[in-house]
Amino acid sequence: MTGFPSSAAPAERLGGSGWNLARAAAATPGAAYLLVGLGALLSVWTPGFLTLTNLTHVGLQAAVLTIVALGMTLIILTEGIDLSLGSVLGLAGVVMGLLVVGGWPLPVGIAAALGVGAGFGLVNGLLVAYAELPPFVVTLGTFGMAQSLAMVLTHGDSVTGLRASVRWFNEGIVLGVPVPIWATAALFALTYVLLYQTRFGRYVFAIGGNRRAALLAGIRVRSYQTGVYVYGGLLAAVAAFIMTARMNAAHPTIAVGLEFDAIAAVVLGGTSFERGRGGLVGTVVGALAVGVLRNGLNLVGLGTEWQVAVVGIVIIGAIVLDALRGLT
Amino acid sequence: MSRGLARPEDFPRVARATPGVTPAGAAWARVALSRRFFVLTSRVAGLLLLAVLLSLASPHFATWQNLINVLRQASIQFLLSAGLTLCVLTGGIDLSVGAVLGLSACLGAALLAQGHVAAGILAALLVGTACGLANGTVVAYLRLPAFIATYGTLWIAHGLAYVFMQGEVIHGFPPAFRFIGAGFVGPVPVPILVMLAVLGGLHVLLHRTPLGRAIYAIGGNATAARLSGMPVQRRLVAVYALSGLLAGFAGLVVIARVNAADAGTGEDLLLGSIAAVVLGGTSLFGGYGGVAGTAVGAIILALVVNGMNLLDIQTFWQPFVVGSIVIVTVLADQLASAGAGRST
Repeated sequence: MTGFPSSAAPAERLGGSGWNLARAAAATPGAAYLLVGLGALLSVWTPGFLTLTNLTHVGLQAAVLTIVALGMTLIILTEGIDLSLGSVLGLAGVVMGLLVVGGWPLPVGIAAALGVGAGFGLVNGLLVAYAELPPFVVTLGTFGMAQSLAMVLTHGDSVTGLRASVRWFNEGIVLGVPVPIWATAALFALTYVLLYQTRFGRYVFAIGGNRRAALLAGIRVRSYQTGVYVYGGLLAAVAAFIMTARMNAAHPTIAVGLEFDAIAAVVLGGTSFERGRGGLVGTVVGALAVGVLRNGLNLVGLGTEWQVAVVGIVIIGAIVLDALRGLT
Repeated sequence: MSRGLARPEDFPRVARATPGVTPAGAAWARVALSRRFFVLTSRVAGLLLLAVLLSLASPHFATWQNLINVLRQASIQFLLSAGLTLCVLTGGIDLSVGAVLGLSACLGAALLAQGHVAAGILAALLVGTACGLANGTVVAYLRLPAFIATYGTLWIAHGLAYVFMQGEVIHGFPPAFRFIGAGFVGPVPVPILVMLAVLGGLHVLLHRTPLGRAIYAIGGNATAARLSGMPVQRRLVAVYALSGLLAGFAGLVVIARVNAADAGTGEDLLLGSIAAVVLGGTSLFGGYGGVAGTAVGAIILALVVNGMNLLDIQTFWQPFVVGSIVIVTVLADQLASAGAGRST
């Protein structure tokens, strides 16, 4: 592999000239097919799916997942993983909730939650980038720590009695569009610019493409790598505002397992665990696909116990297909 | 960073990791020795320190009843972490052990509760092995990163357990079956004897069989192992299958002990299972360590949990402590070997 692979790498890799259609089909991430297929199936199958209320509901539900998945995309692009994002989200929500209920102004709660996200991201990033420990072990450890702290702070209960102003994060409407959708769009734009228009983004791809080469080229790999985890933690904290507002309470374990959906969204969206291939647009499609899948299972009447298994199988299926495509 | 071809200097790593062969590279020998020295001394010191502190802190600690309890807890943790150790030795990981334990336990429990002892045991072991085979196939043949393949299996197994149980709890198993979890031989609980048997078996497997040699060789340098003619992919499948089988077996011991199973069984065991492996000194990069270490790791972990209970520390703190232990241990081992590597 020469040079740094960019997001265009998959298309280039396929090479050839005449087969534009086949090329486009192969370069389209599995998420797009899943989304279109599920959408068509559900529109025919269940009358409740293709209604404005339900689609808005799907969008609102997917907002939290999309925001977390944006950060996860950058992390996976550097050949990392963050298994702690779900429980960090829970802890950030709990911290904000407790401060707000305790009479502190909302901005203090927001700042503290962002601090929790950034702090855990920093610990993860430092251990991965400087100590060079395997990311899954580091983030599994911090997963336990964040979940534990959230339980200790709340004694295992939910934080209720939040001020009405908190609910604005979910119910607020600006120019006819709900706040969570605005937040998702804004964070997508921000992450997009970060990834494709800045040096930071270029180095994210470089680290994933070949970390050693990037180090030897004199890139400050370790600080950029740490930055990626901090960004992921910050986004998880923002997602916590929306999640807390939607539940009108902060549950310590509400988002445990969300990191799995986020990984699913990223992988379905075509980002690969190796060599820094992939991109952000795919992740958004992937998050919508996971959101529609869960919504569809709900509409068909399959409870959460089925959803975990089905989402797991779909994701592993997608990863396996991706791997098979790489082998040929 | 895979290199296309093995170079001569790759082979000392295999030699280092293969028991009974003198390490050829002096530098590697120093790293391995200093790592071994650090791991040994730190673990023995940790164990002693814990024992002394806990005996001082609580009058209930140094009693036969409590120590037997600690060992019984450690034995279940060991059964779950032993197979995982084999995966880690090959440079892989099995994040699904806790969930596979849960799924096997639930399916086995359904049969056991109706009095079908043999069928229940067989079902649990088969389910565990099947999950392991799936993990191994995906890791070995599709070359997916082990952490992601087994993480997916974690959620699938977990989800299937919930689907199967529908929120029910199955309890009340035949006394003959409960013997493996709750029985005693003389004064010694059966799980401790089971642990010793599995420990002995796996130790022989690691140090006296071709599979054991392959495990260390793959962990030392997979490319070199392949080029020297080892059937790397088949061996990897066997390792993950074994990990699944042992998780299924651990599931049986757990439900025999508590006399009940629900979909949440095994849910909180993941962090601990990895903690026991790294506390046991097995390197997460593969090729170094063993099951005896994991037994020690399981005992240290059980002591920590026991100590927290004796000191009336909220159980909510336990994941925090176990998570920190994992990170600090891995970090310390890494620094110890890195320091030795630089001093050459």
